[in-house]
Amino acid sequence: MTTTTAANSTRPGSASAEPTLREEAANAAKLPAKGHQLPVRGGSRTAWLLAAVVVLILISAASLAIGARDVSLQTVWQALTGFDPANGDHAVVHARLPRTVLGLVVGAALGLAGAAMQGVARNPLADPGIMGVNAGAALAVVTGIYLFGISSLTGYIWFAFFGAATAATVVYLVASLGRDGATPVKLALAGAALSAGLFSLMNVILVSSQDTLDRFRFWQVGGIAGREWSVVLPGLPFLVIGAVIVLGTGRILNSLALGDDTARGLGQNVSLVRAITAVGIVLLCGSATALAGPIGFVGLVIPHAVRFLTGPDYRWILPFSLVLAPVLLLAADIIGRVVLLPGEVPAGIMTALVGAPVFVWLVRRGKGAGL
Amino acid sequence: MTTVKTERDAEMALRGSGGRQHWGFLPHRRTVNRTAILSAAVVLLFAASILLGSYTITIPDFFKILVSHLTDGPKIPGASFIVMENKLPRAVIGTMIGAAFGLAGGLFQTMLRNPLASPDVIGISYGASAAAVTAIVVFGATGAAISGAAFAGALGVAALIYAISRSGSLGSGGGRGGNAAGNRLILAGVGIAAALHAVVSFLMTRTDIRTAADTLVWLNGSLNSATWDRAGVLALTLVVLLPAVAVLAGPLRILELGDDAAAALGIRVGMTRLAVVLTAVALAAVATAAAGPVAFVAFLAGPIARRFTRKASLPASALVGVLIVLAADYFAANIAPLLLDGTVLPVGVVTGALGAPFLLWLLVTSNRKDA
Repeated sequence: MTTTTAANSTRPGSASAEPTLREEAANAAKLPAKGHQLPVRGGSRTAWLLAAVVVLILISAASLAIGARDVSLQTVWQALTGFDPANGDHAVVHARLPRTVLGLVVGAALGLAGAAMQGVARNPLADPGIMGVNAGAALAVVTGIYLFGISSLTGYIWFAFFGAATAATVVYLVASLGRDGATPVKLALAGAALSAGLFSLMNVILVSSQDTLDRFRFWQVGGIAGREWSVVLPGLPFLVIGAVIVLGTGRILNSLALGDDTARGLGQNVSLVRAITAVGIVLLCGSATALAGPIGFVGLVIPHAVRFLTGPDYRWILPFSLVLAPVLLLAADIIGRVVLLPGEVPAGIMTALVGAPVFVWLVRRGKGAGL
Repeated sequence: MTTVKTERDAEMALRGSGGRQHWGFLPHRRTVNRTAILSAAVVLLFAASILLGSYTITIPDFFKILVSHLTDGPKIPGASFIVMENKLPRAVIGTMIGAAFGLAGGLFQTMLRNPLASPDVIGISYGASAAAVTAIVVFGATGAAISGAAFAGALGVAALIYAISRSGSLGSGGGRGGNAAGNRLILAGVGIAAALHAVVSFLMTRTDIRTAADTLVWLNGSLNSATWDRAGVLALTLVVLLPAVAVLAGPLRILELGDDAAAALGIRVGMTRLAVVLTAVALAAVATAAAGPVAFVAFLAGPIARRFTRKASLPASALVGVLIVLAADYFAANIAPLLLDGTVLPVGVVTGALGAPFLLWLLVTSNRKDA
């Protein structure tokens, strides 16, 4: 795998005999990381990735075991291998299966989308929540419920796609117009402004229709509880296509990190690759939001945490985000199940409470200037 | 695009030579004229909001009602009640919160020299929202208790944002340092607002649908429940705060010359800054406590006033704030019901839907390095 050679930036002699221009670029992309933690070497990155997968498996098991009625891990294994309908514990495990799977796919989607967004926008604060993509999807879904009486997920999903795509485009265009392009502050503000405007329009509907409000308020908190298989399965194809597209953009994001001009010099058709990545991002965000409601901060926090392990190489950031984002979402969901017994706090609330301090920390660390 | 830019450049140049640097202590004559026009518009709109609408009355009738109410004379059935208990308190509270929001925004924007740094954009109103919704849903608060909670929440979040963005003085001296501090303030606010939004969404799901619907109306900022009691409390606080603004206006102008110059002219820079922040936050907090967080009024008033009077002027900001609230409320209470089968919208829905595009437009046309 070429990734290992490119990763050995500290020992250029050990790189493959003729490093291609793109690998050079990938190495150069690491320069901004100076002063932060040094990226670990290729081999140990694979080890870290395996460790992350193990953590993911453990947390999935915990998600099946922990809740209002705790089940032992042994019983979880029995329930998965030989299901006994008469056993109450097995039934509990099976009831928790859809939300666990949903947590896995939605978490992975948000993590990937966040990482790709930060790469495409070259902006550390890019996140589906901050950028107003969630608000766009939410307004579209509310409009769907109110005007067209949509109540099935397959109906929601198209509205969510449309809303997410429109909002992302508007925010990015607004932020990148003007002299300096899309600075973090402009992007965050454009997202906040669009969100506020869209929520106002949404409230026009919600104030006048109590039925819509009643359906919408539970969707709006963003959570993975109480979803049936019939809700989860139709979303999967969109998520898989989006994930495949975005996972393939690692090299592209690396060259975009050098700036549009350099990326063009490296032979990238910048606007085309941006558009392709954006399609992947919208597929991921739109379907994740349709399935689980707006969940913020996962896409923001995870890529930043991942960079401590991988350095700025997107070919590693993307798979790490894919694995670690569901860990965060499932952990949030599990904690939400037990903090307010007998009630539950939805995962979307927990991620916001965890994510906001991280956001503030990023802002403080940035010290204003270039952020 | 180019024409817009040149126009703006010309305007900036004009402001640079004719406005900014020649801060006289006697207002410019054009400013006085334009301020008079704004005052006349406020009077007209105030009259229109009382006389016109779904229940119209004539000017003589209005005075008859007013006199008989003050002298305990015979009341006109129906009309007396509608004017004295509904339309008049509504217009009075609208005027007061418009002025308070306008001044709060104007103070922040002038001191941080950033049109984006208004209390609603940096998230102070979200603190009020979260505290008020907690009071309503968790403690079953009504009336004055909600207002008290909103006030405390606004102050608490303002203190939090200030603490986070501190490290370097607020908007020091101008140039990069000032902008960086302002940006940190804005970004910290955006992050905190996102987390508080999640908390509010969660609380909305923990109550019955009637309370949720009422809470939603409050959350949008509404004059629908305006009463004389509330108007009285608001008037009392403004009697304290408005003189404070008048006292601070002079030192604030000198601060615009830069910290060193201001210090040389005998201004205590740190004290003045703190006093301005406290006054502005208090203004925003009492207005929010009275009518809920009416979106974007504080943000919109300053820039519109500046474009109209060609000068940063606090009285003009206050007047524009009043105009925005009264016009938006007229639309929300009298025109929207015709379009929406009789639903009276909260006034904040209208200002939010208007304010968001303006903020986006400001971002597009912004020439500032990182605003």
